[in-house]
Amino acid sequence: MQIKLFINGREYSGDIAPDMLLIDFLRANGYLSVKRGCETSNCGLCTVILENKPVLSCSTLALRANGLHVTTIEGIQEEAADFGGFLADEGAEQCGFCSPRFIMSVISMTRELKNPTEDEIKKYLEGNLCRCTGYMGQLRAIKKYLDIKSKKECSHEVC
Amino acid sequence: MFTIDKYILAENLEQAYELNQNRRNVIIGGMLWLKMGRKRIGTAIDLSALNLNTITEDEQSFKIGCMCTLRDIELNEGIKNYFGTLLNKAIENIVGVQMRNIATIGGSIYSRFGFSDILTVLLSLDTYVELYKGGIIPLEKYADMPLDNDILVNIIIKKDGRKASYSSHRLSATDFPVLTCAVSNKGRQWFVVHGARPMKAKLTKIEMSENPETEEIIAMVAKLSDDTPFGTNIRGRMEYRRILAEVLAKRNIEEILNGGSHAN
Repeated sequence: MQIKLFINGREYSGDIAPDMLLIDFLRANGYLSVKRGCETSNCGLCTVILENKPVLSCSTLALRANGLHVTTIEGIQEEAADFGGFLADEGAEQCGFCSPRFIMSVISMTRELKNPTEDEIKKYLEGNLCRCTGYMGQLRAIKKYLDIKSKKECSHEVC
Repeated sequence: MFTIDKYILAENLEQAYELNQNRRNVIIGGMLWLKMGRKRIGTAIDLSALNLNTITEDEQSFKIGCMCTLRDIELNEGIKNYFGTLLNKAIENIVGVQMRNIATIGGSIYSRFGFSDILTVLLSLDTYVELYKGGIIPLEKYADMPLDNDILVNIIIKKDGRKASYSSHRLSATDFPVLTCAVSNKGRQWFVVHGARPMKAKLTKIEMSENPETEEIIAMVAKLSDDTPFGTNIRGRMEYRRILAEVLAKRNIEEILNGGSHAN
């Protein structure tokens, strides 16, 4: 079936099988940051942003993204590198396999929540499983990142 | 892994209904559960283009379109204002935001999953389902009906002023629940729902005083636990669930007596 969608602002079209999942369409087009972890819709490793909402691309039919905009980490390199630096500083990365989707989820969170509390951060990021760490490094990195981000925004807005 | 021979974005409910009469065809909601099965689907029927992803509120009720995601419900201001944290308590433990941005309320309720948090909480409220051909029927009745080829179009929750409380027990955050429990109260009528037994949620209606004493509550939850069938699976044994059922029901009743997460 014919599909046309936008990945990181670039138009893609093709003739795909009706049961092709969005993750497979993305990977077939070279977006290899999007990975399969669990096959049970639980790990969050395949997270992409579909029309401003983080979704599991392993559980979304590619055809359901027809005409829509998909963002992967390849499309938000600057923001990703910014937060990635905080993760590295806190030693929060070990194997790094799940980092792309973790960064995608944190960026989605900052777009959705203003000044989240620690509980709100934890609640928002549940469903993002990391097998290496105990999440403490990530949490420290998020808090520092949000702190500096809010100070930067403050200096622009004269708080 | 499931397979799909053909995908159709339905143009109207009649078309979707006609297609759904063929037993190889399936209406896809969030598709999360379907995806993990091995069903060989003839035509996947998508209701995404029928504007069924809206929540409307009037003085009597909320009407939730079947294609609303669990996250839509979680974030809806009207629902938060009226029900407080009640519905969120039943939704927020379901995996994560990315999953709840996909999972639809129609898919969850149509499937009447044995592990369902959302079926449990909605059964404790004055909830109805609107079926395309079958009309509006109480959720309590729908929950016991076999899966059929009709289309669940809307979920209607009446604002009947009852107080309610929800709790669940999980071995770890975001896992399937070991047991779910919702209790609501209106006058002397108490509605107690136990779900993830690990069977489909079951509603029991009981007469009890509006402000029961502790002894009355203990006796009531013990009787309920005895009268409700529980089972064993990987997450817990029948005996453990029976004990949990008493504890969760008692906590919910106490929360209602202290104001409830949805006190009107």
